[in-house]
Amino acid sequence: MTVTLGRTRLRPPRAGLAGAIAASAFLLVLVVAAAAPALFTSADPIQTQVLQALRAPSIEHPFGTDQTGRDVFARVVYGARYSLAIGVLATTIAMTAGLLVGTLAGLAPRLVDSAISRVIEVLMSFPEFLLALLVIAILGPGPVSLVIAISLASVPVYARVARVQTFTVRSSGYVRAAVILGVPKWRSVLRHVVPNTVGPLLVMATIGFGTAIASAAGLSFLGLGAQPPTPEWGLILSEGRNFLGTAWWIAVFPGLVVTVTVISASVLGRYLRARGEGRAA
Amino acid sequence: MRLGPSKRRVPGASARWLLGRLGGLLLVVWGAATAGFLALTLIPGDPVDVMLGVQAQVSEQVKAQIRADWGLDDPPLARYLQYLGRLATGDLGESYQLRQSVSSVIGEQLPATLQLTLLAVAFALSLAAIATLAARGRRSTRIVSLVELTAVSSPTFWTGLVLIAVFVFQLGWFPIAETGSLRALVLPALTLALPVAGIISQVLRQGLDAASAQPFATTAIARGLGGRRLLMRHTLRHAAADSVTLVGYLVGTLIGGAVLVETVFARPGLGRVTLRAIIDRDLPVVLGIILLAAVTFALLNLAVDVLYRWIDPRLRTGSAAT
Repeated sequence: MTVTLGRTRLRPPRAGLAGAIAASAFLLVLVVAAAAPALFTSADPIQTQVLQALRAPSIEHPFGTDQTGRDVFARVVYGARYSLAIGVLATTIAMTAGLLVGTLAGLAPRLVDSAISRVIEVLMSFPEFLLALLVIAILGPGPVSLVIAISLASVPVYARVARVQTFTVRSSGYVRAAVILGVPKWRSVLRHVVPNTVGPLLVMATIGFGTAIASAAGLSFLGLGAQPPTPEWGLILSEGRNFLGTAWWIAVFPGLVVTVTVISASVLGRYLRARGEGRAA
Repeated sequence: MRLGPSKRRVPGASARWLLGRLGGLLLVVWGAATAGFLALTLIPGDPVDVMLGVQAQVSEQVKAQIRADWGLDDPPLARYLQYLGRLATGDLGESYQLRQSVSSVIGEQLPATLQLTLLAVAFALSLAAIATLAARGRRSTRIVSLVELTAVSSPTFWTGLVLIAVFVFQLGWFPIAETGSLRALVLPALTLALPVAGIISQVLRQGLDAASAQPFATTAIARGLGGRRLLMRHTLRHAAADSVTLVGYLVGTLIGGAVLVETVFARPGLGRVTLRAIIDRDLPVVLGIILLAAVTFALLNLAVDVLYRWIDPRLRTGSAAT
């Protein structure tokens, strides 16, 4: 058994590069699929063809066909648009709201700050997925409430990081120097505090993007998001649930794509974080 | 011999700390209850319609009667105070649809979900321990961290379906649906456990790495302590302190995951009831369950902080009090 002495420091910059490139490549493919799905498949994702039902994967149908004869690969490709749109929207909204609330709390007088912090604390005491469920219970199922639910559920996490970051930057020497030199407060906030907060939040958002897509698929799987016959990944999965014994491919492939998307997002996010830390050190 | 500033215990510091934390806990629960009440009041639509169902042909008179019976016509502030008063006595209200009190709905469904989550926690801890022990040396660490990443990233509803496809339909090792039997519990618990195990072992390994780079580890090695004793007596204790803070995350994942896993495996339980209540817009039930989750979460976090102070004596001294 070997014991390494005190030299287990990670060397991030080059270590994760290959993974980060592979992850970016996969995400890029998804973006292309969302923009121009017809490039990948000529099959129709919605039109049913009963005679072709429940075919196993083949060259003609790489992911097989579902119970109504639709090509599962085509449905997964067309589903990229829906999932990507929800992921990007929900993450952007959550990050922007978190940045606003967090920066405000970090700059506001102590009383306002502690009020905001308490609200964040209360929201964080709800499990994220349950919070999303509560929002959907109030707004009713559908894509719009899906986006609101997912973004609202992750605002507290962003807000907390933004708040701490604001504190750190605000009390750092160069911001104090700027204030002493007579730079107006709002200007020092815009020029120094916000840019320094956006970086870490963007890294979080990269990872959060994958989580948002998985949550959206999960909520759609439960019947609370996209409605049939939309080709949405979670929805295809839930349709395939009843055919696990006879046609495993309907459920397995869309889930695989969700998983690879989540993995790509976190690999890319971790790489960016490691680079950011390397630079800061 | 002790170097550095002396760390004398401040008498009563722990008690005051605990009181403060309990106050904070009450605040969180009150906040959650208030947010829940607001949600319940702001929701568009008449609860009476939810109670009666869409097709019901009921005269306005009867509806008004129901409204009066449930106190829905009282001013919001009065209802809020009543609601808080009832909560204080542990009364979570009445389900709109099940004609049953929310507490009894929860009481009926809790055992199934508790069984599932407890077994999942046991699985997760064992898997994380195996992963930590397996990650020795460069190559095995890379493989283990790849497995962890996959486990963390796979959505539970998908993992569950894949496990069913393989172990139920292809291999036939487990029954499809057989509530009550322990065999039927294995796959759902495993599904719920996988992402949790991934997170725990990631954090545990990072903690071990950080701890073995600390001077005390070097000292211990210089004293002649070998691998396993170093791990058991020093570094693991250090790393465990870090992973204890994960409990909050863990509870969240387990509760959220239960909704998905119970649906995938068609098992009864709190998750299924939550889903049903959301689809039927049976808000008292939704709120009751969410309140229960928030309280559980807050209590466990408190327990974690107490445990943390016990593991890490530095926090107990007045100088490090936060």
